[in-house]
Amino acid sequence: MKTFVSKSEFRWAMLFIAPWVVGFAVFMAYPVVVSLMYSFCEYSVLSKPIWIGLGNYRDLADDDVFWISLWNTVRFAIFALPLGMLFSLGLAALLHISVVGRATFRAIFFLPSLVPVVANAIVWMWMFNGEYGLLNAGLHVFGQQGANWLGDPFWAMPALIFMGLWGVGGSIIIFLAAFQEVPVEMYEAAELDGASSWQKFWGVTVPLISPVIFFQFITGIIGVLQVFAAPYIMTGGGPMRRTLFYSMYLYDNAFRFLRMGYACAMAWILFLIILALTLAATRISARFVHYQGT
Amino acid sequence: MERRSSRETILQVFVFVGLGLLAVVFLMPLLWMVSTSLKPIEETMKMPPTMIPTSPKWGNYSEAVRQIPFLLYFGNTVWVSVAGTIGILISCSLVAYGFAFLRWPGRDLFFWLTVATMMIPFPVIMVPMYGVFRKLGMIGTLMPLWLPCWFGAAWDIFLMRQFFLGIPKDLLDAARIDGCTELQIWRKVVLPVAAPVMVVVGLFHVIYSWNDFLGPLLYLTKQEKYTLSLGLQFYQSQNGGTQWHLLMAASVLMVLPVLILFLIGQRALIRGITMTGIKA
Repeated sequence: MKTFVSKSEFRWAMLFIAPWVVGFAVFMAYPVVVSLMYSFCEYSVLSKPIWIGLGNYRDLADDDVFWISLWNTVRFAIFALPLGMLFSLGLAALLHISVVGRATFRAIFFLPSLVPVVANAIVWMWMFNGEYGLLNAGLHVFGQQGANWLGDPFWAMPALIFMGLWGVGGSIIIFLAAFQEVPVEMYEAAELDGASSWQKFWGVTVPLISPVIFFQFITGIIGVLQVFAAPYIMTGGGPMRRTLFYSMYLYDNAFRFLRMGYACAMAWILFLIILALTLAATRISARFVHYQGT
Repeated sequence: MERRSSRETILQVFVFVGLGLLAVVFLMPLLWMVSTSLKPIEETMKMPPTMIPTSPKWGNYSEAVRQIPFLLYFGNTVWVSVAGTIGILISCSLVAYGFAFLRWPGRDLFFWLTVATMMIPFPVIMVPMYGVFRKLGMIGTLMPLWLPCWFGAAWDIFLMRQFFLGIPKDLLDAARIDGCTELQIWRKVVLPVAAPVMVVVGLFHVIYSWNDFLGPLLYLTKQEKYTLSLGLQFYQSQNGGTQWHLLMAASVLMVLPVLILFLIGQRALIRGITMTGIKA
């Protein structure tokens, strides 16, 4: 497919893509290459990197805190991701039914996802406050004694997972848009076969929007494994490192302990984990995800 | 037209009640935030708490603005979002034009590489990025937060290119016959037609800058350069645990611009979320 490319078109093209050539080189290609190199080096910013081969990776294998942070992140992901997806899918299904005030309901459930992460974190610290928080006040009405949620080694993690459900507005919108794409005839056919709403949802809607669910799942994995700001602000990784997440330990290594090579090694391991999970999910999903026509 | 059966009506009533209850729960943190922001400090420590402050203390807001210092951080954040958004819109639309409408050797390979970089998590490039900005002498300034936007961003280039591909080529060819240069076509033909995608990308970037915490945490060292995210977190870490009324007032003030943006740009925002979430 050789098309004639005129000289002037080529020159224009170079002009148009020039910003990205620079951006790609300086803010993507160079950092990626250098980061990989650092991961095999001892490097503290203050002095030149020293090649130590697989040293960082070996140290990581023996680093208990590394394993704690990885385990915390996995634990968070295992609960937060499926819960968040089920919750948003369920809410979207309800918001798809035509009820009075549907537009208002949609806006209400979407709104919290717009709250900036720092404001979100601070508001929930206050919600979870052991003495004066609204959550415990609510529990008190039902005669229950609440905990000091974020300060409790057991409850801090569930509290963060619970808080995450508040911000599922984005996925709700995406699922709602996906519902629109399901052809009405499919529902009509199911109705002729006497399917109930419940059966229609699981038998027609979910299979037909499975590509969207899958895509949400993948972006969800990528996001959830990098969770940083909220726990950094709310718990600082505590109590007893119970909410020390992977990217927090990575950040600490890079910018608090100035073990930049070590941090880069962690980042590459994270990348490999994400890559492996994405690949695995793609493989497994091939059996369940239903791509229509085209 | 379908007839409404009684079964359906019952379902709708149930759904309405269920959604209503959940909506109250969902709004609670926001109401709690507003409520606390209007209480005198003694009232924030009352159990059981009052949902409606006995006498709203609007002075909390001016005190929060003064103490935090909110306006300084606000100004920095506005600067970062505006400079970054303009940069994103100009650079990405130029680059997307190059990918969508011009033919040049290596184009598809480079585009494929661009898409591939979207897979790379930020922590991978975090340390070298810090190094780049250190070499450029930009640590401690706001520049690392907006300058890169002037050199394109993979996601936005991707989104714009997708949109550009839907623009009829005849439109461009007609302009070429009229003697327009490519740059003129970009400005006079493509940009006006591409307004929907430009609005979406711009809106997303504003929200992103408003939200960004890690970026400021990495690059900002002096308090007078803090953005709202970092400034509010800093204030919280200094005075956390006591000044909840002021923290909530500041949080309200931080949420408010996003809320206004939502009210103005609701349609574009929702279109954008579906665009990025489904990307066929």
